[in-house]
Amino acid sequence: MSYIKPPFRHPDLPSNELGYSKKDYEGTISTLCAGCGHDSISGAIVQACYEMSVEPHRIAKLSGIGCSSKTPAYFLNNSHGFNSVHGRMPSVATGANLANRDLLYLGVSGDGDSASIGMGQFVHVIRRNLNMTYIVMNNGCYGLTKGQDSATADEGSLSKGGSTNLFQGIDLVGLAMELGASFVARSFSGDKNQLIPLLKAAMSHKGFAFIDIISPCVTFNNNVGSTKSYDYVRDHMETLGTLDFVPYKNEITLDYQAGDSKAVQLHDGSMLNLHKLNLEWDPTNRKSALEQINQSKDKGEILTGLIYIDQESTDLHSLIKTTKQPLNSLTEKELMPSLTDLELINEDHR
Amino acid sequence: MSNNTIKINDFVIRFANVNGTGSASANTMFALSIFRMGVPMTAKNVFPSNIQGLPTWYEVRVSEKGYLGRREGVNLVACLNPQSLAKDVATVMPGGYFVFDSTKNLHKEFLREDINYIGIPMMEICMREYTDPRMRQLFKNMIYVGALATLLNIDLDVLNGVISDEFKKKPKLIDPNIYAINLGVNYIKANYDYPLNIRLEKRNLVGNKIVINGNTACGIGAIYAGATVAAWYPITPSTSLIDAYGKYASKLRIDKETGLNKFAIVQAEDELSAIGMVIGANWNGARAFTSTSGPGISLMSEFLGLAYFAEISTVLFNVQRTGPSTGMPTRTQQSDILACAYASHGDTKHILLFPSSPKECFEMSADAFDLAERLQTPIIVMLDLDLGMNDHLSEPFEWDENRIYDRGKVLNTEELEACVQYGRYLDLDKDGISYRTIAGTHPTKGAFVTRGTSRDEYAKYTEQGEEYVKNMEKLTRKWETAKKIIPEAELYQSSSNHKIGMLFFGTTLYPALEAMDILKDQGIQIDAMRIRAFPFTKAVDDFINQHDYVFVIEQNRDAQFRSLLVNELDINPKKLIKILNYDGMPVTADCIVEQILPNFESILA
Ligand SMILES: Cc1ncc(C[n+]2csc(CCOP(=O)(O)OP(=O)(O)O)c2C)c(N)n1
Ligand code: SF4
Ligand SMILES: [Mg+2]
Repeated sequence: MSYIKPPFRHPDLPSNELGYSKKDYEGTISTLCAGCGHDSISGAIVQACYEMSVEPHRIAKLSGIGCSSKTPAYFLNNSHGFNSVHGRMPSVATGANLANRDLLYLGVSGDGDSASIGMGQFVHVIRRNLNMTYIVMNNGCYGLTKGQDSATADEGSLSKGGSTNLFQGIDLVGLAMELGASFVARSFSGDKNQLIPLLKAAMSHKGFAFIDIISPCVTFNNNVGSTKSYDYVRDHMETLGTLDFVPYKNEITLDYQAGDSKAVQLHDGSMLNLHKLNLEWDPTNRKSALEQINQSKDKGEILTGLIYIDQESTDLHSLIKTTKQPLNSLTEKELMPSLTDLELINEDHR
Repeated sequence: MSNNTIKINDFVIRFANVNGTGSASANTMFALSIFRMGVPMTAKNVFPSNIQGLPTWYEVRVSEKGYLGRREGVNLVACLNPQSLAKDVATVMPGGYFVFDSTKNLHKEFLREDINYIGIPMMEICMREYTDPRMRQLFKNMIYVGALATLLNIDLDVLNGVISDEFKKKPKLIDPNIYAINLGVNYIKANYDYPLNIRLEKRNLVGNKIVINGNTACGIGAIYAGATVAAWYPITPSTSLIDAYGKYASKLRIDKETGLNKFAIVQAEDELSAIGMVIGANWNGARAFTSTSGPGISLMSEFLGLAYFAEISTVLFNVQRTGPSTGMPTRTQQSDILACAYASHGDTKHILLFPSSPKECFEMSADAFDLAERLQTPIIVMLDLDLGMNDHLSEPFEWDENRIYDRGKVLNTEELEACVQYGRYLDLDKDGISYRTIAGTHPTKGAFVTRGTSRDEYAKYTEQGEEYVKNMEKLTRKWETAKKIIPEAELYQSSSNHKIGMLFFGTTLYPALEAMDILKDQGIQIDAMRIRAFPFTKAVDDFINQHDYVFVIEQNRDAQFRSLLVNELDINPKKLIKILNYDGMPVTADCIVEQILPNFESILA
């Protein structure tokens, strides 16, 4: 079934700095299962974009195929979306970004979409440091094809049908770190307080921002024995700290408590204020971040929060030296060489 | 043994070289000298899928009559490769010439009674003249070019001019190269009668034509057409198309003030990703393209279907070769016709363009971007290795500097503002083409989620059968619209009233026209049509209907083009007679004539 929400705007609705109400960032009503983690993430995206006061039409949302990849229809109705091909969202996002470097790119994928069929593209989009936010709604299974184990399912995790997963799970966070991603975070669909500031920080980051979001599949993978169920994740989450996102427009008055706080400046001037729980960890230091990942793995904990950020990150456009003006806005005047040039080409071939 | 008839400007020379020895540029200079003497010529590389050490051949056909197809029957072989000697001796026509390095004696078994041997002690001369082994190798190439120039009566001033141009950027190399040329010239003058009975004479037959390959032409076309994004994955024979785009973009597309690029080239991780990038960029309003060959087409198929159904403009160059990856990847064929026409799953069909010459490559490359945006669908430009990688004599490129890029039906901010209810897939003009919008245009209007077919005319999610059917009918209407704007087929006779016709496309053009002349000399008249695009237009249907029988000439085993004609135009298959060539070499006029003649007797009887 498909239906659109009536475009009703209550006069008393609060609005953000640009005058948009939260409704302007919403999408059509979700058709996912009630209680699906993916819906909570959609909600967090709406909230984050609203709070950040981004113009909705300056965002492009792209996805692959899967329940997770359906979600772009359920947020940001005023943004162009592209529900593309299974595992190939990164290439479509790369092309879109090359065409217009001025939009915000929000990519949504699933664990099947990114860790199996799309692994190649996932790896290479990181390598190119494409300026985008890349979300994996990670439920350890293929929701849309009815619950088969995915490559991120943990070894020994029990499926709803009772079978045990025999294979090692792929940790996308560890992989993204290994590949040199310039922003790496993990969160849980059930933890809005952590997720919303992380989303905002990811969108303010220049370069590739990856967020692995554990997002339980209530229909196929929320049983006892599954390591991606609501209960299991709540019990095993280890948070690196709490964080506030402070947009660059707001004056920054932070309570520094030496040792457990760190302020990180983002590309657009916004600040991330981290209240660290673990004093050894420094999110701007790759080594320390990697160490932290390994320690939690050993303890059997799911590490969440901002794990690593490279504040100096650039992006693909800087690497290949494209003009500041979006390529899709160039016209005949800028693109078409002259007739004299063509005559020279002809002459060169005589 | 010598042949007394003198052949002026009508012969085939074949060079047998070793891959990676620098012979390619020497051979090209040889061919260019003939062109600059005003005589039509066509040059073809026959090379292995290997970087160094294996045999390669380079064939130059000289034709006063302007026949630009390949011809069997080699008049002179210049053999610089001991590895292929036996085969090379065997390829010379009776009465022809075999030029070889006589530093070592030729073994008896290579001596034929019916050909002439011309030995030049190339290595000996090199050993005497040069100490550096690399120089010996490089200048050996110039020595044989000089020797052949004298044997064939190539104007030495012209040859020296070509050399000077070749080394324009490294002028220090001009004199040493000319010196090496003279070593060859002088050896022939001192030891042999010259020129041979096959020889050149200056003419004025090439006008202002140019010599260029199709891949370069397509790359330049993409620059003039305003393409800004190129995504690709290396594969012979398509790589040089992107190389050419990059080379000319870095000359013609740099922002003068900032030095930044008004283009983006990304070498993708595979063809799947390359086409994904192209679709993403086009979706977001840039002109983007990729180029590939058969194996890449297979990988791109899923995405091509999406672009068809979601109606996203896409430009793809397919430089065809023999299949599969371990086929003969460096040999030519026209064997991806069906794979491209119906690429992907579900009911899909794609617009194909078939250029025949570099000039047409340039034009169709540019037109492909207009067609893709006007029709919001993939356009596949079908070259083959022969057209893409070999140099061809071509009319010079022309361009209208007032040309406006046809961006098709795209709504801008004002138009969206005026729009009451936008529907991405509404067929307002009843031509099957809807109005598209590009991300970032309007704050509250025109946004939608692009997806395959599970949506209605407003791009809202639905899985209703009626909506699906409505959409498929719209796509069919668009297909009909396409027939009105794609390049029309070309006829090669003033009136078409003969009973027999022939159809061909792409690089078959020149051998087909030559075959027509050969048949005419034998009193057989055939009408000819060259198809330049798929879908087939009414003119193609009419041509077939007007003739009792039609020969369909193509370079693949399964008569793929014929199948397409039968299928799309509901033709009785018996009417269409297959004329095929699929050995990996460009088809020749003789090959066509030999296959046509026997048929001809039986149908006329
Ligand atoms: C090429 C291809 N193969 C298979 C499928 C079928 N398919 C659809 S969704 C999906 C798995 C999705 O899993 P995931 O990305 O984890 O998304 P989830 O539904 O769990 O959110 C598969 C295999 C497809 N659409 N395309
Ligand atoms: S099947 Fe699982 S992933 Fe898909 S919508 Fe239902 S709960 Fe969500
Ligand atoms: Mg999943």
